Amino acid sequence: MPSANTAASGRPNGFANRINLQQYVVYFGFLAIFLFFAIVLRDSGFLTVRNLSNIVLQTAPATIMAIGLVFVMSAGEIDLSIGSTVAVSALAAAVTMNDYGLVAGVLAGLGAGLLVGLLNGALVAYVKLPSFLVTLATLGLFAGVSRSMTDLRSIPVTNGTFTGFFGSGAFLGIPSLIWWTAIAVAIGHLIYRETRFGAHVLAVGDNSRAAGVSGISVPRIRLTVLMISGGLAGLAGLLYAGRLQAAKYTLGETDLMTVIAAVIVGGTLLNGGKGSIIGALVGSLMMGMLNNGLILMGLSVSDQMIVRGLIILAAVAVSLREKSR
Amino acid sequence: MTVNAEATQGAPVLRLQDIRKSFGGIVAIENFSLEVYPGEIVALVGDNGAGKSTLIKIISGVHPPTSGTMTIEGETVTMSNATMARAHGIEVVYQDLALADQQSVYMNMFLGREPTNRFGLLDRRRMIDETEKLVKELDVRIPSAHATIRDLSGGQRQGVAIARATHWASKLILLDEPTAALGVAETAKVEEIVQSLKSRNIGVLIISHSLDQVFKLSDRICVLRRGKQIGVRETAKTDKNEIIAMITGLQHS
Ligand SMILES: Nc1ncnc2c1ncn2[C@@H]1O[C@H](COP(=O)(O)OP(=O)(O)OP(=O)(O)O)[C@@H](O)[C@H]1O
Ligand SMILES: [Mg+2]
Repeated sequence: MPSANTAASGRPNGFANRINLQQYVVYFGFLAIFLFFAIVLRDSGFLTVRNLSNIVLQTAPATIMAIGLVFVMSAGEIDLSIGSTVAVSALAAAVTMNDYGLVAGVLAGLGAGLLVGLLNGALVAYVKLPSFLVTLATLGLFAGVSRSMTDLRSIPVTNGTFTGFFGSGAFLGIPSLIWWTAIAVAIGHLIYRETRFGAHVLAVGDNSRAAGVSGISVPRIRLTVLMISGGLAGLAGLLYAGRLQAAKYTLGETDLMTVIAAVIVGGTLLNGGKGSIIGALVGSLMMGMLNNGLILMGLSVSDQMIVRGLIILAAVAVSLREKSR
Repeated sequence: MTVNAEATQGAPVLRLQDIRKSFGGIVAIENFSLEVYPGEIVALVGDNGAGKSTLIKIISGVHPPTSGTMTIEGETVTMSNATMARAHGIEVVYQDLALADQQSVYMNMFLGREPTNRFGLLDRRRMIDETEKLVKELDVRIPSAHATIRDLSGGQRQGVAIARATHWASKLILLDEPTAALGVAETAKVEEIVQSLKSRNIGVLIISHSLDQVFKLSDRICVLRRGKQIGVRETAKTDKNEIIAMITGLQHS
């Protein structure tokens, strides 16, 4: 009797096509947008090394936040609070650093992010509230905290070591922001793809009951992913403070939409169970390139927002189509 | 009270004595005693609400019994969660299969028990090799160990769930209506797989509403009615009429 046992590929063609489309849409999108701007903006300086490297530098905080969100969304949760976590962390770092020095400042910034993550995570994992509502509330809560912390003032960050390390500096000729991005992506990818923790995150997002009866601690996974997200939003806050040499409550305010879009375009499913760190990186670069190109094309801020909104809609449509088939 | 099959040798892998389970005031199971021997398939039959799933949950540690003793290979055990049951070599194939649909077959096979290499990273090679070996042994026809669960048919999924239980169970597999959602051909395939578990010397307790299936697969049949154990019969020495009469409590002439 012929058996199809362990044949290398028994998948029907239609299936393979759909998978490829969903998985690689971000790479095609990236290429398409790159080519579009390269042609349309050939005389406006889009293709210069300076402009292209600027795009990478500018997207560093969003890419770092996106990595955290890949973990959260893969576990079937969401973190809307990252937008205000960035500001709280940057402000905490700036204020602490000016009084107590570099190390205390860095620890305060990362600690603030982790604490927000701990609060979100505890409420989601142990009080069993939906992450959408919890992080919507903490988004508002910490937006208020960051405003009241400094009376809406901008706090200068003058520590040269800090601004070099987290902002304008370079190591081996490569800007520190690129180092941070590369390191975060590499470690994030390794943990996500190659560790038991990463596998458990996906299992919880895919079928939390099955994960539970298989001995995976579902609450612990939920807590951990939200803490990862908070901690990385804290790191993003440090990068903003380092690059801008100041911290302000507006930092990260408009990033939430961009980050969610980057993650979804990058192939992470909104409902969990599947995702990609590399995809989120490319998605984030794509969103940065889009921003940059639209500015160079002379679009107004409001037009940029409309175009970005439309791109996100398209991304969500592809993602949900994939999920519901 | 229970009838021991003469064909079975050695100590029972599972012995339940005077098991009673109540939910608040409702008594779901009472006076239940049963033994399952290695390499034996025992069928658990009874009408809807008779207490079959509850019994499986008691054995698998989901709902610890209110009273009574449970012995595994002669050792009295108290199980307060599913992880403890698994540590005792008991695996359950749940009615909903408990598979992560968007993950690969091999990741599901090792769900929650993924092996790692010396760097602490997932040992995919080992998971894939062991999955392929097992799938071949049990003749579960899936396209590949890499296939995603949701791309499989109902029978293939059931096959993966049973293969997973087989891989981890050293003593006992509990199956809750494994073919309820399957077509004719897929049911036959799953029955074949269940039958092949006998040769692995694992005890099997299977819940089924199909008497044809029960008579095809089982060595003994245990009948439950409204939480009470009506009796245990050797499959070879009974017939459908007797079992139906036991299930319903009515005499068929
Ligand atoms: N968690 C619970 N709390 C209260 N009562 C319960 C609980 N679980 C089961 N029961 C009751 O125990 C009885 C037996 O239920 P059980 O699910 O074991 O039946 P079953 O034999 O598996 O039926 P079916 O063939 O329909 O699957 C039912 O009366 C049910 O209502
Ligand atoms: Mg049942």
